[in-house]
Amino acid sequence: MNPKTINKFALNTIKVIAGLVVIILAFLIGRILIQGVPHISWHFLTSPSQEFVSGGGISYQLFNSFYLLVLTLLISFPISLGAGIFLSEYAPKNWLTEILRMSIEILSSLPSVVVGLFGFLLFVVQFKLGFSIIAGAIALTFFNLPLLTSNVEQALNSVSDLQREAGMALGLSKWRTVIKVIIPEALPGIVTGIVLGAGRVFGEAAALIYTAGQSASTIDFTNWNPFNAASPLNWSRPAETLAVHIWKINSEGIMPDAAAVSAGTSAVLIIVVLIFNLSARYLGNKLYRKFTAAGK
Amino acid sequence: MNNYISTRNVHLYYGENEALKGIDLNFPDNGIHALIGPSGCGKSTYLRCLNRMNDLIPNVKITGNIEIGGSNIYSPKTDTVELRRQVGMVFQQPNPFPFSIYDNVSYGLKLSGKKDKELIDERVETSLKQAAVWDEVKDDLGKSALSLSGGQQQRVCIARVLAVQPSVILLDEPTSALDPVSSDLIEEMLLTLREDYTCIIVTHNLQQASRISDTTSFFLTGDLIETGRTKDIFVEPKKQQTDDYLSGRFG
Repeated sequence: MNPKTINKFALNTIKVIAGLVVIILAFLIGRILIQGVPHISWHFLTSPSQEFVSGGGISYQLFNSFYLLVLTLLISFPISLGAGIFLSEYAPKNWLTEILRMSIEILSSLPSVVVGLFGFLLFVVQFKLGFSIIAGAIALTFFNLPLLTSNVEQALNSVSDLQREAGMALGLSKWRTVIKVIIPEALPGIVTGIVLGAGRVFGEAAALIYTAGQSASTIDFTNWNPFNAASPLNWSRPAETLAVHIWKINSEGIMPDAAAVSAGTSAVLIIVVLIFNLSARYLGNKLYRKFTAAGK
Repeated sequence: MNNYISTRNVHLYYGENEALKGIDLNFPDNGIHALIGPSGCGKSTYLRCLNRMNDLIPNVKITGNIEIGGSNIYSPKTDTVELRRQVGMVFQQPNPFPFSIYDNVSYGLKLSGKKDKELIDERVETSLKQAAVWDEVKDDLGKSALSLSGGQQQRVCIARVLAVQPSVILLDEPTSALDPVSSDLIEEMLLTLREDYTCIIVTHNLQQASRISDTTSFFLTGDLIETGRTKDIFVEPKKQQTDDYLSGRFG
């Protein structure tokens, strides 16, 4: 075979493989959407779930998922920002830093069910938090932290050293250079990472089954005092999320319309995650343009 | 002539590698001083000793004595933040901050605690004028500095340095990444600055050195070969190596 034929052959092989990936993904998402979207209605989104009769909705699960996500980000973002800044800007190049980096990598490949069991034993049982949103949020933090930290570190590393030199040469302290120059420039990358991580956290089930629990306690949407047990903001109540709901219906659901509820919930989950992903791109691009392009 | 900057027996090591092999070099108050030599000869490294930018690189060891304005800048008492305000630096690649032009130029002032809006406005305008970029940006000071052309960015960076009124300006090949028109503008501007600032410029462009500098120092493989008035160096260099380099026989 001459080089031209080989080239053509290789190109076509790669095209077929890439096409295969796209087809599988499109099939998966398409199937979930086609099966689930017909079941989504205003009633479905705004009414509580039913255990024995049909016609249940997912309002509690939907709210729980978002609330858990917000709490998780509130805990994990500051920690990962600090760790990322340290690793990128301050960490000396020695074995200790390498061990730190390796631990983060290992932590990021930990199966989420292990994270969930660990959260169960430590927070739910040992710290007596019970099945609660806060236990779930802490477990999800363990799950989210490594990826978010590497994301922050990479975003900061991608800022040119020229900017660091510019800051120093102008008499800025290192800390100020990082805060005022490096972080603003890395912001698009950091934001993209947060939103993509949010998508992962939103769809996580295994880590939550043993921490946030599998029951959606009744919530009173008129009561916003976080210390009241019926308040949506209460963080010590058990809280089933969308992903856990899907898992539970499919393993032990006895309502007559279990299949429909499961399909509808899956579709809602997928749609929200898709929105997260698309908005990550949009936000990232917008921030990038804001820092580089013309205009005030 | 009193020596504003005086360096004695400066050695610099990157790990085991000796990059500067005992440099004795002095610069008087004001004027433009060129450092020339082939790539890797240590001229940029030397320049970066003068505002301690080499501190940022791990495994660097510097020995010898460097005094600016009578004080030893490597003494433990030196405040590097203050030193770098005193000794400004312009880099090869323009590196404006990701802010507006106005914020870029006023940043150093605000850092040093200046709050008076009028004074800052005035200083921004003067600096941009000195840096010969005012006419091009005056209507758009709120625009992101990153949206400017490379040449404009470099002049904004120079304005950013001028705004804090340093006594020394270090320029590390400031025009080598720019188009000829921008280079000319920057050269002309430097000639107006030489009355009030001590400018030390590293350049690969020998014509540039001969056009604008008052003194020239020739570096080769970490040694200072020759230093003197630019006219003397270019017309009748004392050392054979200088002559070879200037006439293009190597480097």
